[in-house]
Amino acid sequence: MSTRLANQGRLIDRSKQIEFTFNGKRMKGYAGDTLASALLSNDQMMMGRSFKYHRPRGVVASGSEEPNALMQLGVGDRYEPNQRATTTELFSGLTAQSQNHWPSLEFDVLSINNKLSRFLTAGFYYKMFIHPRPLWKHVYEPIIRRSAGLGAAPDKELKDADTYEHFYFFCDVLVIGGGVAGLQAAKAAAATGAKVMLMEQNNHWGGRAPVDGGTIDGDTPETWIEKTLEELRGMENVTLRDRCMGSGVYDHGYALGYERLTDHVPGQGGPRHRLWRIRASQIVTATGAIERPLSFAGNDVPGVMLAGSMRDYLVNWGVNPGQKVVVATNNDDAYRTALALHEAGVEVVRVVDARETGGGALMEAVREKGIRVELGRAIAKVKDGPRVTKVAICAQNGEGGAREEVEADAVAMSGGWSPVVHLWSHCGGKLTWDEAQAHFRPDPARPPLGADGEGFVVTAGSASGPLGLGAVLEDAAAAGSKAAEAAGFPAKSVAASQGASEDEAQMEAVWLMPAKADIKLRMKTWLDYQNDVKVSDVQLAAREGYESVEHTKRYTTLGMATDQGKLSNINGLAILADSLGSEIPQVGTTTFRPPFHPISLGVIGGEARGDIFQPVRKTPIYDWNDSNGADWEPVGQWRRPFAYTRSGESRHDAVNREVKNTRENLGLLDASTLGKLIVKGPDAGKFLDMMYTNMMSTLKIGKCRYGLMCTENGFLMDDGVVARIDEDTWLCHTTTGGAERIHGWMEEWLQTEWWDWKVYVANVTEQYAQVAVVGPKARKVLEKLNTKAGGGMDVSKEALPFMEWRDGKIGGFDARAYRISFSGELSYEIAVAASDGQAFWDALMEAGKEFNVMPYGTETLHILRAEKGFIMIGDETDGTVIPQDLGLNWALSKKKEDYLGKRAQQRSHMADPERWQLVGLETVDGSVLPDGAYAVGEGVNANGQRNMIGRVTSTYHSATLDRGIAMGLVKHGPKRMGEVLEFPGTDGKIYQAKIVDPVFYDKEGEKQNV
Amino acid sequence: MKRYSAFAVAREALRYHTGWERAWRSPEPKRHYDVVIVGAGGHGLATAYYLGKNYGITNVAIVEKGWLGGGNTGRNTTIIRSNYLQDPSAAIYEKARSLYETMSQDLNYNVMFSPRGVIMLAQTEHEIRGYKRTAHANALQGVQTEWISPERVKEIVPIINLHGPRYPVLGGLWQERGGTARHDAVAWAYARACSDMGMDIIQKCEVTGVRTEGGRVAGVDTTKGAIDCDKIGMIVAGNASVLSEMAGFRLPMESVALQAMVSEPIKPCMDVVVMANTVHGYMSQSDKGEMVIGGGTDGFNNYTQRGSFHHIEETVRALCETFPMVSRLKMLRQWGGIVDVTGDRSPLISKTPVGNCFVNCGWGTGGFKSIPGSGWAMAELMATGHSPLTEEFSMNRFKEGKFIDESVAAGVAH
Ligand SMILES: Cc1cc2nc3c(=O)[nH]c(=O)nc-3n(C[C@H](O)[C@H](O)[C@H](O)COP(=O)(O)OP(=O)(O)OC[C@H]3O[C@@H](n4cnc5c(N)ncnc54)[C@H](O)[C@@H]3O)c2cc1C
Repeated sequence: MSTRLANQGRLIDRSKQIEFTFNGKRMKGYAGDTLASALLSNDQMMMGRSFKYHRPRGVVASGSEEPNALMQLGVGDRYEPNQRATTTELFSGLTAQSQNHWPSLEFDVLSINNKLSRFLTAGFYYKMFIHPRPLWKHVYEPIIRRSAGLGAAPDKELKDADTYEHFYFFCDVLVIGGGVAGLQAAKAAAATGAKVMLMEQNNHWGGRAPVDGGTIDGDTPETWIEKTLEELRGMENVTLRDRCMGSGVYDHGYALGYERLTDHVPGQGGPRHRLWRIRASQIVTATGAIERPLSFAGNDVPGVMLAGSMRDYLVNWGVNPGQKVVVATNNDDAYRTALALHEAGVEVVRVVDARETGGGALMEAVREKGIRVELGRAIAKVKDGPRVTKVAICAQNGEGGAREEVEADAVAMSGGWSPVVHLWSHCGGKLTWDEAQAHFRPDPARPPLGADGEGFVVTAGSASGPLGLGAVLEDAAAAGSKAAEAAGFPAKSVAASQGASEDEAQMEAVWLMPAKADIKLRMKTWLDYQNDVKVSDVQLAAREGYESVEHTKRYTTLGMATDQGKLSNINGLAILADSLGSEIPQVGTTTFRPPFHPISLGVIGGEARGDIFQPVRKTPIYDWNDSNGADWEPVGQWRRPFAYTRSGESRHDAVNREVKNTRENLGLLDASTLGKLIVKGPDAGKFLDMMYTNMMSTLKIGKCRYGLMCTENGFLMDDGVVARIDEDTWLCHTTTGGAERIHGWMEEWLQTEWWDWKVYVANVTEQYAQVAVVGPKARKVLEKLNTKAGGGMDVSKEALPFMEWRDGKIGGFDARAYRISFSGELSYEIAVAASDGQAFWDALMEAGKEFNVMPYGTETLHILRAEKGFIMIGDETDGTVIPQDLGLNWALSKKKEDYLGKRAQQRSHMADPERWQLVGLETVDGSVLPDGAYAVGEGVNANGQRNMIGRVTSTYHSATLDRGIAMGLVKHGPKRMGEVLEFPGTDGKIYQAKIVDPVFYDKEGEKQNV
Repeated sequence: MKRYSAFAVAREALRYHTGWERAWRSPEPKRHYDVVIVGAGGHGLATAYYLGKNYGITNVAIVEKGWLGGGNTGRNTTIIRSNYLQDPSAAIYEKARSLYETMSQDLNYNVMFSPRGVIMLAQTEHEIRGYKRTAHANALQGVQTEWISPERVKEIVPIINLHGPRYPVLGGLWQERGGTARHDAVAWAYARACSDMGMDIIQKCEVTGVRTEGGRVAGVDTTKGAIDCDKIGMIVAGNASVLSEMAGFRLPMESVALQAMVSEPIKPCMDVVVMANTVHGYMSQSDKGEMVIGGGTDGFNNYTQRGSFHHIEETVRALCETFPMVSRLKMLRQWGGIVDVTGDRSPLISKTPVGNCFVNCGWGTGGFKSIPGSGWAMAELMATGHSPLTEEFSMNRFKEGKFIDESVAAGVAH
């Protein structure tokens, strides 16, 4: 039975009782409890079921390494699976449910897997379920999926009720881990004046020292911790964060901190988690050490715990995990647990020490209390029911025979301690095997390297290897100074505080208990608790040739559970090395990857969700559009009206209306999203001659030219009208989606290839509102505006001819008018300052009333241009099309020596007459061709695919012509006018279409030139 | 080779599994082989397997600098689909997909090919057009795909949010027989079959030089000594340029980091693979219950197998938007692989300027799905000098400008 002790519990506040529920049962705990300590105090040892065999499991650890006690926490939009009970702070109203069982924790149908465990060894699924084939998908896999997985998935419609945020931080020295080593290191670093950040994952500082005892500078560790914290808090160059875990170390001193702000006060308001994105010159990892379990049969039975963790429960939370405890160890530290148990009035049935020679002073202290210590002994087996009932003890150096059975309800085990090397290793820090301590520790000679080739991570305290308090503090002070110095702060010698703790006798590596345990015992000896990997599984993997540690890991799933091998890795490696007749350092470790401990996806995403997932770019006319029926279409980060639907009108009707009205009367297009790049400088002309296939340097001031841009591979990438503004200034229009891309493209060439050319490029897209005034009445409306304003720019054919531009006043607005047309109609594109955009639009709408003005959207824009046979980047082009395919040879300057894409276009396939070329397509019956349909030729190719001879690139219903029109690329297309091609649809129909001229409307181009 | 079956497992259980034999031998290299395959990734192993199975060439060594399957084959997100746009791609990926269907039986190893279906979401008008185009092309290429409505998408993927404020889901391209497989198992299954045919898989053996005589391959130098051979297949993904340099030619390739991550395992909630290319993220749920998530490639070349964290951020953000409930899951592990990217992002399966030296690389972000098809075709090319499936993937296409560009119709890699 586990209960709350009458006193003890340095972290709990007995005056504040807290109610919570576990599996629907009401329970009580205290402020300061973790969910795990509170459950234990309610005699709830069993907290979960394992992954594969669904074995009953109790809590085994007290920190983030816990593999068993995973819970479903919270309800509704605050539900979360797989929360460790050990790192969950208790709060009033907490609701927890154990997971991975059905129907209940106590009775789980799938615990049948446990009975079948003899069949379900490592990798069994690779050898089974092979026949018959369909059964894998329909039977076996669904069963496996259902029995795997841990917590239940959140509801499918769940919308996270919480918010998250990102912080940026820069410091000279980042210290991760707020135990005594971290505090000491931070103090040493801060003394140099360096900017220091110290983070601790728990809500309390000082780490293990207050539990483990000893003295620092003659005081208790707790006193020293308080004093040091006080000092650090008083320093301006120090930032302290608790509940903040160092989650990952990345290249160039980038590190992530994961701060849990409101997990312990859910719904309090403010973000739930915060991700600190830190750039540090140097990082000190003072992340401590984790205790290793011992490998004996039944080491996973509820009630078997790490000795250090059991001590935590006693000292920190005043909980005793059992009434009769067996302590099993291979080192001296576990004797501290025996003493703590004794002090709490718990009966220590035995200390089973695997070492023939036993321990030192701590052992003597235990013996003095009258506790029986047995040397050279081992646990043969723990019996369950379902928690620990009996412990069989045998000789360590045997096979497990000649057992003595004792009654007990809990076991404290210690297989020694391993430094937490994760953060050191994330970015390439190397490890070395320490034979004496039987652990991997960071090799200070091979740290992760920064851009300068120097190390940027230093370890401190037991994260470096040493475990005694004195050594820890010395190491930490040195680490802090070293980091500060490496960050450029001359060392200030700060004396390390003096730590003293009991001397400990040499530990002795014990990888299997008893050393020659027979197969039946090994099949019950767990390495990875959560994933149910046993000693026998690792041995099987080795026998079958999965010899690399990565193979073993992947074959057995050792170390792949949610603790990522924090408890199991070293023990597993040792078994593997033994099976291979090799040494542990030769076997090596698997790779340590971030995060140190799982972090919420919510926090990784940060603030950017919902409406602000990505910036919505709005034109100056956005609000007007929105309240006038705009049917929005995302175009990159912009939104553009697809059409302006009126009430009762379908999208299709709206588009037809807009097309007709623009052809017959007057249409307005919000063209503000069109890219506008200013290219300026003495070499701007030369530069543009390289960027465009056309000649731009000879363009006269006041004139416009339609230009094409190709990639260096010759493919058409963007198009637009270029206007020459003055002697050394050009304004280049790009497509809406192209503005940023083309700007970047220009910069790349200027910065990497032609860095000595005198050219500046500025993206001024958002500085202007641009309106296309289109239709036979376009000039009239502008003239009317000017008349009303008492004069303005002369927009007559003579004063502003086609393909020219002018600056002046229109309707009183400062404007630049381009006479260009993407519709084939008389058309002016007028740019005004963004701030005048809405007023200018309003003025046009007002003045346009008598001409029956209507706004039109992107679909009408597309149809108008298609009727005219104008290509659209992204429709007629797709990154594989060259200008020659589109009949745009006229835009390829023959005079220029070079332009981007020119050489590429001379390659054999580019000049191949078999390339598909642009044509118009008209269905025989006037219907609309399906988007993206292909034309088929005869037969099949060498791979058995139907031969294709062309495809539809754009297809619309033309309201002007009242029939379907399309453009397409067809093999030998222009030579096959009049031929009818077949386009199989995905609807089973075959569409027949005739090859025609791509210009469907106003072939002579008279209407735009009036 | 002892066959795997439920019966064999039961029999072994009775003797505590002490009777299982090695899945593959661990031999020392011989002095000479007919063929040396460099790289024991999926593609290398599959090539060796089909050399043996289809052409009876079994005096083969597969030389691997690390552990077999430990490159990108062991670190990808295992999406298998063949709904590619361009003919040559559709042909080889569909060949591969169809071989996956029977791989477990063919190799007597359960690779857990799970044709659970793959959806590529359309979230812009442009994507709709791109996917409709792909659907049309696929129908003619013999690849089964279908354009489906948003309502159908929701039926298939209950956890999806169709009405995200930024990019609503407008439909999707659905390949019902696409899916996933267990990546390690694919490598192990081929390795076991190769070893069984008498081929030598030599692990922890790095090729450090390529020897040629008179413009033809003569052998390789390795960290375990020199090995003579008549033909070489360089199948080393991100390290292809390093190998080609040893043989004295250059490849049009760059190596960049691509990252992936998994969440902690949860009970099944999504039985298909969903790819959201506008927002850029894709996700499936493994049989273990982890949400398997992949994102974008870094913008710079490197060999560290670590990527930039901002890609993880972008991907996760995209997924929280598309599947809001994942916001309350946790990231368990992130990792990276170095992918080999060519100028048109399509692979190279090709002869080279060096006689009898063949290269198979450039699968970049999407070559897990092609492993069996690529191995099949590469074996044909190496054994006979010609394969219709590899024809268009030759190195010469960069000289001719005959690119195979899949990024064209809203399509992406993976
Ligand atoms: C994060 C990520 C996600 C991905 N997701 C998908 C996906 O969902 N679907 C998909 O289809 N594809 C995906 N891919 C791509 C896929 O993983 C690869 O295209 C594929 O695995 C490549 O296989 P390979 O055999 O060519 O290369 P690898 O598996 O990398 O094998 C190459 C081998 O060559 C060895 N080698 C290198 N140099 C030498 C030398 N000098 N001597 C000896 N041996 C050498 C390496 O050690 C390695 O084992 C993803 C890739 C990554 C990184």
